[in-house]
Amino acid sequence: MGDSQYSFSLTTFSPSGKLVQIEHALTAVGSGQTSLGIKAANGVVIATEKKLPSILVDETSVQKIQILTPNIGVVYSGMGPDSRVLVRKSRKQAEQYFRLYKEPIPVTQLVRETATVMQEFTQSGGVRPFGVSLLVAGFDDKGPQLYQVDPSGSYFSWKASAMGKNVSNAKTFLEKRYTDDMELDDAVHTAILTLKEGFEGQISSKNIEIGVIGNDKTFKILTPSEIEDYLQEVE
Amino acid sequence: MSIFEYNGSALVAMVGKNCFAIASDRRLGVQLQTVATDFQRIYKIHDKLFIGLSGLATDSQTLYQRLVFRHKLYQLREERDMKPETFASLVSAILYEKRFGPYFCQPVIAGLGDEDKPFICTMDSIGAKELAKDFVVAGTASESLYGACESMFKPDMEAEELFETISQALLSSVDRDCLSGWGGHVYLVTPTEVTEKILKGRMD
Repeated sequence: MGDSQYSFSLTTFSPSGKLVQIEHALTAVGSGQTSLGIKAANGVVIATEKKLPSILVDETSVQKIQILTPNIGVVYSGMGPDSRVLVRKSRKQAEQYFRLYKEPIPVTQLVRETATVMQEFTQSGGVRPFGVSLLVAGFDDKGPQLYQVDPSGSYFSWKASAMGKNVSNAKTFLEKRYTDDMELDDAVHTAILTLKEGFEGQISSKNIEIGVIGNDKTFKILTPSEIEDYLQEVE
Repeated sequence: MSIFEYNGSALVAMVGKNCFAIASDRRLGVQLQTVATDFQRIYKIHDKLFIGLSGLATDSQTLYQRLVFRHKLYQLREERDMKPETFASLVSAILYEKRFGPYFCQPVIAGLGDEDKPFICTMDSIGAKELAKDFVVAGTASESLYGACESMFKPDMEAEELFETISQALLSSVDRDCLSGWGGHVYLVTPTEVTEKILKGRMD
């Protein structure tokens, strides 16, 4: 189609109106490990696979789900190192907001500022887009919220979403299972079942990560033993 | 003569029962000469948030313009009004930015916060916040105002009584100060309405 002739430069549109580099970034996301998020009536849960390259890797040293502020957490699909840069920038932006207003940053504002950073890297010279999509889960005065941010810098609020390898199956599963009045515990179960759908091998507390935030407005990453409890309930 | 006494000003804010009142004098002077008798020192940020700026008139006008700018952007981005506590933190940060070349203003901030709880505070010209539960004062007549408020104030006054009290405190204090006066301007704010009244005192 001639598109490939425009894939050398991020800052050049192809004739079909696309920025081919962003498409490639989305492909990088699509081949990353599955992660998903579900917004319940009284909280949000985010979860991801944690497949390590070898059994020799110390799984306690790997943390894919990160805290941005006490009431906002994030998980990614795609390139881990890129997500670390974004987490660092987002944390700084959240703290700058607090220093100015002495008020915790609302989830929508933090998502917008993170998305702005990602967009800047699609319109600058000498840089490439981030190879991650983020799922941001938070609880503030507007209630529980779940946002997905893409490498292009666009962001959407979701009731439930998935990203990564198994995205289409996971989304179909979520569409069937999602109800508006779901409680947080039900959402965690549904998240585990969704991960199980496309999981290669045996799911265990050592190869998935789950983060929750409830009415207490405190984002918590579940310990392996807490994950184990949920897994038992699901079996 | 101190730069804070160049134009002359008097400001006071008081807390009542689910309401607050903020009042100022109306004189604008250039040292001993009176130049205006209808000068506005109290500005509305939104229906439940007012700021009074005492001190050098040019700085108080410029500072007000900067604050309104910041608040408008905040309203557009966050789709909500700023809480008084948040606004006070913002004013404090903006004043401290100019730590070594400050605005010669002393702000008095008054507003209704969450669940319409009255909030008042003042700060010095470089942003040191002073929260109070009863009243705050600023301006060249501040010492008289402290005395008048301390003796006239009662907690949990209703709107009518609060208006009387703050008006009496203001008028009696500015009469003892040659640089402020020429009447008063009082805003009485309850969760449902804002009342603005002009006071006629000793016109000197």
